[in-house]
Amino acid sequence: MEIWNTIMEQGVLATASEILRWFFMLVFASELIVDIIMKGIGIGAILGVISVAAIVFTYAERKVCAFMQVRIGPNRVGGRYGLLQSIADMLKLMSKEDIIPEGCDRVVWALAPMLLFVPSALIYAFFPFDKGAAFADVNVGVFLMLAISSQAVLPFLMSGYASNSKYAFIGGIRTVAQMLSYEAPMVFSLLGVVMLSGSMRMCDIVEAQSQQLWFILMQPIAFVVFVISATAETNRTPFDLVEDESEIVAGPFAEYSGMRWALFFLAEYANLLSVSILFLPGVVWFGLKVLAMVFVFMWFRWTFPRTRIDQMLAFSWKVLLPLALANVLFTGVGIYARQWM
Amino acid sequence: MPQTETYTLSMGPQHPSTHGVLQVRLDLDGETILKATPYMGYLHRGIEKLLESRTYVQGVPYTDRLDYVSSMNNNLGYCRAVEELAQIEVPERAEYIRVIVAELNRIASHLVFIGSLAIDLGASTGMLYAFRDREKVLDLFDLVCGARMTFHYIRVGGVSADLPPEFAAKCDEFLKVLPEFMQEYEDILTGNEIFQYRLKGTSRMTKEQALSHNMTGPNIRAVGIPFDIRKVDGYGVYPKLAFDVPVGENGDNWDRYRVRYLEIYESAKLVRQALDGLPEGDFMAKFPKALRPPKGEVYSRTEGTRGELGFYIVSDGGPKPYRVHIRRPSFINLQGLDDMCRGMLIGDSVAAFSAIDPLMGEVDC
Repeated sequence: MEIWNTIMEQGVLATASEILRWFFMLVFASELIVDIIMKGIGIGAILGVISVAAIVFTYAERKVCAFMQVRIGPNRVGGRYGLLQSIADMLKLMSKEDIIPEGCDRVVWALAPMLLFVPSALIYAFFPFDKGAAFADVNVGVFLMLAISSQAVLPFLMSGYASNSKYAFIGGIRTVAQMLSYEAPMVFSLLGVVMLSGSMRMCDIVEAQSQQLWFILMQPIAFVVFVISATAETNRTPFDLVEDESEIVAGPFAEYSGMRWALFFLAEYANLLSVSILFLPGVVWFGLKVLAMVFVFMWFRWTFPRTRIDQMLAFSWKVLLPLALANVLFTGVGIYARQWM
Repeated sequence: MPQTETYTLSMGPQHPSTHGVLQVRLDLDGETILKATPYMGYLHRGIEKLLESRTYVQGVPYTDRLDYVSSMNNNLGYCRAVEELAQIEVPERAEYIRVIVAELNRIASHLVFIGSLAIDLGASTGMLYAFRDREKVLDLFDLVCGARMTFHYIRVGGVSADLPPEFAAKCDEFLKVLPEFMQEYEDILTGNEIFQYRLKGTSRMTKEQALSHNMTGPNIRAVGIPFDIRKVDGYGVYPKLAFDVPVGENGDNWDRYRVRYLEIYESAKLVRQALDGLPEGDFMAKFPKALRPPKGEVYSRTEGTRGELGFYIVSDGGPKPYRVHIRRPSFINLQGLDDMCRGMLIGDSVAAFSAIDPLMGEVDC
């Protein structure tokens, strides 16, 4: 009964970590060792979440896309519904030959996919998965998260440059243009949320939503701007100009194969999950909301054509950014008016 | 002072959106195209030469392999040329059947166009819808001649077999669902903002430019010239049937898409009329098995799905043609690619290429 009360009060994850901590304290009886072990478990859990998400999302994407395209989708591996398809995909990728293109800059080329995965995974450190269950609950969480996510530009540029391929190079250059221009509206759309909750700490933002309305309802414009720029940030259609298979084949990924390519893939899905979490942090409905958001992104991908690079950049600077700025202005006026009343 | 220089990007022959094995060398300044040069010949099989080494009747299946998504129209073009050369009178029923299958094939071919344009613009869902509906036409052809791709159905002197009894009902059914799926494309592609932005105003061509490249088919109609050989020459039973020739206004990629889209409706109209007016009678003319056309030459043109499909045949009086030359519309239309691409972006080159709708089997012949 007591445990039930704690769970209700603190959330499942926090309770679980408390029990674990208590158990390790019994075994090791040293704060330092227990702290290290707990952080290790945290890292493991986050990596686990990312891998599971990647597996679930690959399957979901195949199924969602199949249903949109009047097909059935995977239906052989793992029963009628092809439940083991992602596992089969993974095994296939791992057993593939690792082709290293001739004339590439070996070190930079090999580093790029790994480096791309770092910011994608690092963002999760600040996510409040549940009440008080964030790996590092820093007071500038939102800021740090944006700063880290913008690091993803570099690995794309690296792989584009190092692949010794013109397609990859064009893709790399496009990435820089695209990500830089969509960072601005994204930041400003999040600014409205920060203004409302009065804090950059992720847990406070979640807390503020459980007390007042959800931010998706209070900041609809910011939400729309965020979703669009997040689509661009994660390089998904209609803004997938980075990989753009009909023009530049696969852009920066063109020269990668096997596990290296899988890392790009993994990073993409990790990003997809993180942007889906970002605007709708909740406590109880967490999973459902995330899945709904992921579905929205998949929906975009399989129904929209691709934009052209100039149209995409113009859209960011001429439409999204003014919208986001206007949203900040109105949010400010609204907050001020409320205080005054 | 940073220096910029232009560079060459080789698109193809192995590239996801060159519809086969075409190589386009793009001279680029950043993303802007300075010059686009198509390099072709990767799919050359020497069909013209092969036709010279076979008898006239044996040549028909080779034309299937020219423009393999509209084989019926190729069969028709070649057979009309041979018939003109050998002065064979084709029975009226065969002429009507030819209109039915050729126009159905035009629908199928334009559906492939819509599908491949969609996937080249990144809308893979649109492509699957178009290909799903093309299946219905292929099923009809399966019924008619047992083949889905290379039909060899239209023969010299008529068609290889009469329409099966259940064909009329099946075809009727197809014509009934056609407006429904056309509306679906309207919803997922035509009405899509991004799709319109990608096509409107891009790769614009003036009438003079299009004429100077000798473009034909939907490509010339898109710039506003209502040139359709079915109307101009009025071959076969086309003069007896009513249909319109849709034309574009601006000569941009959007018009190229719209013209083909509307042509599907016109073709459906033609199929409907031909089906209703189908006379009784023979489906094959009587002519000697060993066909030896008199000495002479002929240039016969028909409106293929991609433009003016012309066969030039020289006969020396023997059982085999002395020389065959094929005027392939894809090959000639493709020469406009450079004009369409200059000053555009890499993304537009793919759209322009797709809007010309060349088929490599026909380009390289």
